[in-house]
Amino acid sequence: MKLETTAPASDIRPGLVTGPPKRFDVERVRGDFPILGRRIRGRDLVYLDNAATAQKPQAVIDAVTHFYAHENANVHRGVHYLSERATAAYDEARQKAAQFIRARHPHEVVFTRGTTDGINLVAQSFGRSMLRAGDEILITGMEHHSNIVPWQLICEQTGAVIRAAPVTDRGELDLDGFQCLLNDRTRLVAVAQVSNAIGTLNPIKHVVALAHERSVPVLVDGAQAVPHLPVDVQDLDCDFFVFSGHKLFGPTGVGVLYGKEALLERMPPHQGGGGMIATVSLERSTWAPLPAKFEAGTPMVAEAIGLGAAVDYLSSIGLPAIASWEKTLLDYATERLSGVEGLRIIGTAQHKASIVSFVLDGVHPHDIGTVLDEDGIAIRAGHHCAQPLMQHFGVPATARASFALYNTPLEVDAFAAALGTVARMFR
Amino acid sequence: MMAGLGQLYQDLILDHNRSPRNYRKIENANRRVEGNNPLCGDRLTVFLRMDGDSIEDAAFQGSGCAISRASASLMTAAVKGKTRSEAEDLFDRFHRLVTGTLNPADTQSLGKLAAFAGVAEFPVRIKCASLSWHALRAALNQSNSVVSSEQ
Repeated sequence: MKLETTAPASDIRPGLVTGPPKRFDVERVRGDFPILGRRIRGRDLVYLDNAATAQKPQAVIDAVTHFYAHENANVHRGVHYLSERATAAYDEARQKAAQFIRARHPHEVVFTRGTTDGINLVAQSFGRSMLRAGDEILITGMEHHSNIVPWQLICEQTGAVIRAAPVTDRGELDLDGFQCLLNDRTRLVAVAQVSNAIGTLNPIKHVVALAHERSVPVLVDGAQAVPHLPVDVQDLDCDFFVFSGHKLFGPTGVGVLYGKEALLERMPPHQGGGGMIATVSLERSTWAPLPAKFEAGTPMVAEAIGLGAAVDYLSSIGLPAIASWEKTLLDYATERLSGVEGLRIIGTAQHKASIVSFVLDGVHPHDIGTVLDEDGIAIRAGHHCAQPLMQHFGVPATARASFALYNTPLEVDAFAAALGTVARMFR
Repeated sequence: MMAGLGQLYQDLILDHNRSPRNYRKIENANRRVEGNNPLCGDRLTVFLRMDGDSIEDAAFQGSGCAISRASASLMTAAVKGKTRSEAEDLFDRFHRLVTGTLNPADTQSLGKLAAFAGVAEFPVRIKCASLSWHALRAALNQSNSVVSSEQ
């Protein structure tokens, strides 16, 4: 199989080009991911569940293994050689993560357990210190439960309320509706850059500009954006940006909360413990400077180092080239799926990441998933932790295929052919 | 289709998925329980018309996968006319069937329900097959409520 493409400049969104497009050799990329070589029930694995979690390149696996085999020690405070090495590696991972999203300073990057943890951190720290009864948090109707429930929790504690901007029939954010809900009581906007359930790419710069006109800070859930497109938090001008390592080809258990320095400085710690203090007496404590203030306890050192390796790996390929390759896959998958009788794609936004959600007449998504699995094809079926969005589209669940840089048009063919089998089987 | 998949989606199950039996509301039901599978969003309501200890009528409505629809369809057909303890006993054997712990000699005693033997090979689908049965049991225990497959 020989599938190569050169990223045409026209495919790359303006303002996101970071260098000349690189040639994309998918076979070489596939060779970097050992799991792609395994077979499932005698068939080649076709992994299309990347929005749930992505597979790991050898470079990430090696980085984690190397750390445990050669450099493991607790970070900070240690005076011995290994602790210094571990601390340096951990700090370096933070610099890589900061560079990856173009943060102004490494200390604006707080390591978390993942996207959910990052949003909860902001909800508890920013929310508890800044929200009063009657204040409003503005989200959208296409959020993942992790960008809904943490706000519900803090609303229960503070008396603030959640407003949700409407979503159009195509699955796009209704910007007029959004603007109508933005008002003097709005204290924070929390919005996904890319919908995990239907792939919609939201106009974050526009959303941020509208919110900032009213001096409202914006949290961006970037979990589904970072694996697919270059992110520049300074260009977006968002106030918080959160993502997970494991969806970015890194380890589970680590993620990033980016926050603008001035905001993070104003926010109180959300957890107390070792590592986050400057001084402690039995009466009171003072806080360590950023980012340690938000990293109580021993952090996820090996995982952060693995995340750093994932960022290096992606940078070596280039996000613009990845975005271009995935657009080819998305367009091809959309075309092939449209040819399956009785199939309806849920979410037809003009700008999408490589996520395709669909329903098939008379066949429940779970049955689609089970039948495809028999062919070694891994997709996801269910509500994708976005029940309000499912309700919007009037479906209890969808089947979802999400593509990553290592997927190929031949895999799309296998996927579409298997869907044809499903349709025939249940008719 | 491979052997395992053929075992799961037997013709009887596909047929009951396409045209489920007893798919209706019982207007004068005296037991009504909603069953939810929060992981996949399956949601169905089981209606019973009890006459003392015996199940005079059983029906269901709702949305779900082929396994849960066919299971609800065959369940309502199987328990109609049975006493409460007969239905409980049937659920016990059915549950052992789909979890692969039923003595093979007992499979035939389940009649058409034996079509679900293939579920044992697909552990994530056990909840789909047993959802309507959990709702039935809650209904028999006289609690008009919501049951979840996560319990």
